[in-house]
Amino acid sequence: MTSTALRHSIWILRGNPLTGVAAAGVLSLIFIAIFGPWIVPYDPIASNVSQALLPPSAEHLAGTDQLGRDVFSRLIVAARLDLAIAVSAVSLSFVLGAVVGSFCGYAAGRLDRTVGRFVDVMMAFPLFVLAMAMVAALGNRVENIIIATAVINLPFYIRFARAEVNVRRNLGWVEAARSSGESHISVVLRFLLPNILPAMAVQMSLNLGWAILNAAGLSFIGLGVKPPTPEWGIMVAEGARFISTGRWWLVAFPGLALMLAVLCFNLLGDGMRDILDPRMRT
Amino acid sequence: MNQQQVIGRTVRGTLGATMARAGRRFLSSLPALFGVLVFTFLLMRVLPGDPAVFFASGPNASKEDVELIRKQMGLDKSMPEQLALYLYDVGRGNLGRSMMTGQSVTKDLRERLPASLELTFTALLIALVSAIPLGVLAALKPGSIIDHGVRLFCALGVCVPTFVSGLLLIYVFYYLLGLAPDPTGRVDVFTSLPPSRTGFLMIDFLLAGDIEGWWAALKQLILPAMSMALFVIAPLARITRASMLVSLGSDFVRTARSVGLSRRHVVVTYALRNAILPVITIAGIVFSTMLGANVLVEKVFSWPGVASYALDALLSSDYAPVQGFVLLMASLFVLVNLTVDVCYGIADPRVSIE
Repeated sequence: MTSTALRHSIWILRGNPLTGVAAAGVLSLIFIAIFGPWIVPYDPIASNVSQALLPPSAEHLAGTDQLGRDVFSRLIVAARLDLAIAVSAVSLSFVLGAVVGSFCGYAAGRLDRTVGRFVDVMMAFPLFVLAMAMVAALGNRVENIIIATAVINLPFYIRFARAEVNVRRNLGWVEAARSSGESHISVVLRFLLPNILPAMAVQMSLNLGWAILNAAGLSFIGLGVKPPTPEWGIMVAEGARFISTGRWWLVAFPGLALMLAVLCFNLLGDGMRDILDPRMRT
Repeated sequence: MNQQQVIGRTVRGTLGATMARAGRRFLSSLPALFGVLVFTFLLMRVLPGDPAVFFASGPNASKEDVELIRKQMGLDKSMPEQLALYLYDVGRGNLGRSMMTGQSVTKDLRERLPASLELTFTALLIALVSAIPLGVLAALKPGSIIDHGVRLFCALGVCVPTFVSGLLLIYVFYYLLGLAPDPTGRVDVFTSLPPSRTGFLMIDFLLAGDIEGWWAALKQLILPAMSMALFVIAPLARITRASMLVSLGSDFVRTARSVGLSRRHVVVTYALRNAILPVITIAGIVFSTMLGANVLVEKVFSWPGVASYALDALLSSDYAPVQGFVLLMASLFVLVNLTVDVCYGIADPRVSIE
């Protein structure tokens, strides 16, 4: 069984080598996030005004910013914070959304309708504005960026888990679990939830990219992360002041970092979906 | 009954059904709107700081002053009473006063909304006129170079944040090529504003007959609109392609082809018309995304719209404008959903007959 699944995965990967590239990209991103501070050539927050605003060179691969800090080192060190925000936000909404959504899909009655209404209210909204308002209400801190990003992701997970559980709730093996005396809670948590996890994991990978963009957007407009902390969104915001005088590297490189990170997660998500669900293959 | 009458009745019936559908949708979106109202109310209550102290002239106001203001603002009442008061105020169009501008929030928002809408609509227009042909071309030749090009563009498009693409557009078109004007605001300093009739500069300049001004405003508008459009072309093109593929493979297209209709006729009138519904749905979602993206784009281009107004207020702890902005966005979103419903009815009359 497992070997069939493995062979199937390899067969699909051969048809779409991008997934492999994306997986390698995500792995190196994780590596950079963990070991970043030890592999950078310069101190990411030490300023050196005599070296300010230098274009990219062999010495400073991505140039230096207005305080003479090495942009490349800041990019590498920032990976940890950006990834940490996105991963914790997505995990938070994943856990909450999976549990709430599964119970709704299983109960399928008044609870389902009430939560459905609530989800509708949330989705009836430019979500970025919602995140902005939440950070304003909770206070301008990094934890609240995580909470806000988690909340705006939540409706998608609730809907997804609800739909996935709803189609399974009356299948034979669920019926069997119920008739052998499992409680409803145990049916949901021990049988249904593990069953929808693979599909949810795909959703999570696709969602991580979006979470990264949202968090970077929030810090770009001045919410959450404070300078001089290196973070991709805030680096773009600081570099924005110098773009109309032609200092492109201050914006382009953090932008490139954001783009690559999001691209890797999206491609990985697409690839994983192809492996899990052949019907969705594009 | 002659044929003309029959057609007339059918059209009226379809219109009526569409309106009825839109009405039902409007009613069903009211609870959501009410939820948003409660949310903005709670938002104001949980915000850090005592609003009464904030409104009293500074921290050295006496205790009695603060109490008085608390009473005036109704903050000594119970929560449900306060909520009722708040709903009453919103119902009368009173959204409070901005400390930043010293004006009522309603007035500020009304002055700035056209700028945001002009930007968003232009961006949507750019996105639609580029995404639909791209999607159709890709669907006509699946697996071709065009198809792969469109897919690559889509994959990359959703990965570049709007604020980065906006800044890079400034770099290329303002700094390198010198084609675009200084990227701040809706008009440059040399152009005088036309008399404000609609608030949409593109229309006001035309009404005033000022072609030079119109051109200047268009040049300011095009870069922010482009950077907003770039982000949403991908989902639109993707759904157009997928929907067109289904439509092109269906029986009625084969029939249309076999009776010898021109290729153009088959693709545009038969296939595209039938493929357009999902595109409309996604366009509605995309519009909501763009309302959110307004915050980022308006900041990059110093665009004097509602989003940059709310952002400035937010960063200076002036909460009434933020609240008003959130409400405005929610109402706009309900409106967009209604428009989508009406478009549905027009694009496919079958939808109205449930």
